[in-house]
Amino acid sequence: MVKKRLIPCLDVAGARVVKGIRFRDLRDVGDPVELAERYSALGADEIVFLDVTATIEDRRPPLELVERAAASLEVPFTVGGGIAELEDARALLRAGADKVAVNRAALERPKLLTELAEEFGAQAVVCAIDAKSGEVFTHGARKARGVSAVKWAVKAARYGAGEILLTSIDTDGTREGYDLALTGAVAEAVTVPVIASGGAGNAGHLSDAFDAGADAALVASIVHERPELLPALKIALKERGWPIRS
Amino acid sequence: MRVVLADYGAGNLRSVCAGFERAGAEPLVTTDPQAVREAPLAVVAGVGHTESAARGLEQRGLAEALRERVAAGRPVLGICVGMQLLFGESEEGGEGLGLLAGRVRQIKARRVPHMGWNALSVSGGELLAGLDGADVYFAHSYAAEPEEPVTVATVDHDGPIVAAVERGALAGVQFHPERSDRAGARVLMSTIRWSRSA
Repeated sequence: MVKKRLIPCLDVAGARVVKGIRFRDLRDVGDPVELAERYSALGADEIVFLDVTATIEDRRPPLELVERAAASLEVPFTVGGGIAELEDARALLRAGADKVAVNRAALERPKLLTELAEEFGAQAVVCAIDAKSGEVFTHGARKARGVSAVKWAVKAARYGAGEILLTSIDTDGTREGYDLALTGAVAEAVTVPVIASGGAGNAGHLSDAFDAGADAALVASIVHERPELLPALKIALKERGWPIRS
Repeated sequence: MRVVLADYGAGNLRSVCAGFERAGAEPLVTTDPQAVREAPLAVVAGVGHTESAARGLEQRGLAEALRERVAAGRPVLGICVGMQLLFGESEEGGEGLGLLAGRVRQIKARRVPHMGWNALSVSGGELLAGLDGADVYFAHSYAAEPEEPVTVATVDHDGPIVAAVERGALAGVQFHPERSDRAGARVLMSTIRWSRSA
């Protein structure tokens, strides 16, 4: 049986890791690759690097960071933020990223997902969806798109996304638990793996997300503050009976 | 030890290179069939469609070089799509190298792609010695179905999926050893030992 994954997410702005609350008030928390290595050593099953300001500033994700991560990390990693076209994704995958996460560009042109899947395989294509009250938002949670997150997830998977990274803007950074209704609805509607994101505060929250149907859970602020929580979370989830990698 | 990675144009070979470097080898990415013929170990790796990958290997003369190696009993390792390429027809489209009898089919499971860490059931072979029960990282929607007794490991994903094959000096792993933490590092080190003794 495939294990439930714990995925630390490093929100990157330029070449530094940042963390905000409800997508605002970004503050610096360190070097992305150093942090990723630390999380990997502590049992992270994957790493996600999201360049949270790339799309806003119309900037491409930093390839140098991806190359460094590819050389040193012994677990898979995804890079997202600012991917506007096939060439951006190709550069990241060639630099050593295992997957790319596409958000706004896919929403505006779903065929991009098909092109990516045809060239790199669906397993390398993550569709990142940010949702507020069930509706898709882009531009760092600033712009409502008038589309239901569930419907968009289904369509994205049909167009070629091999995984859905589902972030609830309502719960992001709150540590009050994942958006279980949203997670459950998307996990039920698609057959590709779903990563729950936004709101992790303790092992119970992760367990609830898995109960809701998530295949993996993103964690950010709780492990940024206390990285040693990562192995503790894994042990707690194992004790609750979830299949977790030792 | 020199390890050549056959570059068919689309694969992400950087992480595989890094994995072999960490395991103490000297990897080289090449489009040169002669380099592929001569190295102690040749690797076919990367992501992408089997059809375009197979075409890339054929057009560059790399497929022929790999066939010659296999005929001569010189070590070849396929990783992920590279393992699928060792077989024949693929449901994804196109033909593999036909070095092993069997087909590549779409995975039938509740969740596809088969994505994440899964525990190996190891039944033989040299590359995965000591790794029965170890978790390694998978990310694939298609899987090989061998028609000869070459399977040395499987994983369970709503049914068995072939995780590794071996036949003499020809081997394939469906998972990503370069991204499978300590277990993966061990596979790469075993592969180097195995190709030295072949």
